[in-house]
Amino acid sequence: MTEIKKTALNGVHKRMGARMVPFGGWEMPVEYSGIAKEHAAVRNAAGLFDVSHMGEFEVKGSGALDLIQSVTSNDASKLADGQAQYSALPYPEGTVVDDLLVYRHSLDHYLLVVNAGNIDKDLEWIRSHNHYQATVDNISDRTSLVAVQGPKAAGTVQKITAVPLDRIEYYHFVRGKVLGADTIISRTGYTGEDGFELYFSSEHSEKIWSALLESGSSEGLLPAGLGARNTLRLEAKMLLYGNDMDQTTTLLEAGLGWIVKFDKPSFVGRDALLEQKRVGLKRKLVGFDMLGRDIAREHYPAFVDGREVGHVTSGSPSITLKKNIGLAYLPVEHSAIGSKFQVSVRGRMCDAQIVPTPFYKRR
Amino acid sequence: MTPDDLLYTKEHEWIRVADNVGTVGITDFATKELGEVVYVELPKVGDKFKSGDAFGNVESVKAVSELFLPCTGEVIEVNEDLGNAPELLNEDPYGKAWLVQIRLKDPAETADLMSAEEYDEYTKEEE
Repeated sequence: MTEIKKTALNGVHKRMGARMVPFGGWEMPVEYSGIAKEHAAVRNAAGLFDVSHMGEFEVKGSGALDLIQSVTSNDASKLADGQAQYSALPYPEGTVVDDLLVYRHSLDHYLLVVNAGNIDKDLEWIRSHNHYQATVDNISDRTSLVAVQGPKAAGTVQKITAVPLDRIEYYHFVRGKVLGADTIISRTGYTGEDGFELYFSSEHSEKIWSALLESGSSEGLLPAGLGARNTLRLEAKMLLYGNDMDQTTTLLEAGLGWIVKFDKPSFVGRDALLEQKRVGLKRKLVGFDMLGRDIAREHYPAFVDGREVGHVTSGSPSITLKKNIGLAYLPVEHSAIGSKFQVSVRGRMCDAQIVPTPFYKRR
Repeated sequence: MTPDDLLYTKEHEWIRVADNVGTVGITDFATKELGEVVYVELPKVGDKFKSGDAFGNVESVKAVSELFLPCTGEVIEVNEDLGNAPELLNEDPYGKAWLVQIRLKDPAETADLMSAEEYDEYTKEEE
């Protein structure tokens, strides 16, 4: 077992009394004041997250775009400078190496942001497909990432930077100074709210974290952990790698067809995905409500007419909607909105109903 | 503080024994580890369990945890208040949030449980 990794803010979290847990090889705060309270703060005011465990790769050179196009499913050629894109790294079978964000600084300079637990795997994967003389640098260890999410996020961040945030559109970013630190200010997030993600060199992390806490506290901002991040992303139906999709599920099954662009130059997995699209899906990821009080959790089996037909990939109470929600893979013939199925909750059959997603959408 | 009139298990349950009847709950340490409790699944009156058997589940926002019975016995009462107010487990784990009462089959089994002092020592090591 390799030693557990710590972000530059690890000491701050512990001093602030966060409950720390291992996640993807990292020791991370799961909660500060309570998941429900932190979740509500993000929906109603703002939350501050340390997500420095995420991985960052810089891809540079005249072959940078060709490399990214060849390993990702979305069309990175559509990006303008200062724009970000949700994408995925498919296997040749159309299943998922990882999901990621692709940021374009310029035509020959990109930033890829990948999941913490997949950093080594992704780096090896991308480098093994680098037939384009691009440089691929893993800058994860020296890069900190904090997310400010919620309706009060813009006001909170604006107080500590002169960069005009109202000019940054959703899924766009600028490079500017935050308290003197060179920062990528990105209007992105994993909560379903408006918000920003700030990337900067790790030595600035305590200063920026403290300033954001102070800046947002009068507006109701709370420090928040991975627990709230998970309940927030599930309400917004943002998928979690390792739960909702992985090397055993294709992008199309996971409902990520919108980031699979068949009309761009060839990419790893294209043929398999195209064939699956032609033949039709056998199963797909659906959102569901539990009809009783039981909570479906990941791996719980799903049944139709007493027959096991699929499984739950994510499930939890929805703090905002006050009901129990989840995602599950079901055969397409049982995947219509409104259809009912059962989840076996520790051996008891509990009714669930397929509902439209996202479960929650901000007004 | 950990009440010193109760006995404790390594799985963080407590039991108060009087006249061969045991009242069972989970500890403050356990509820802090769980976070906000949102649902408690308890057995029915008349159900019988052996010492160490899982007798129910407690669900927090992030996870589900099994409940283990400290002693062999038959359930004679279930705390129905937790159905509508599972948050009692976070607020008053040693009082209003007791889980079940059982008639003990063999009160001598309690000799295997920890005192408050021993339990505090044990949780300090776990932390």
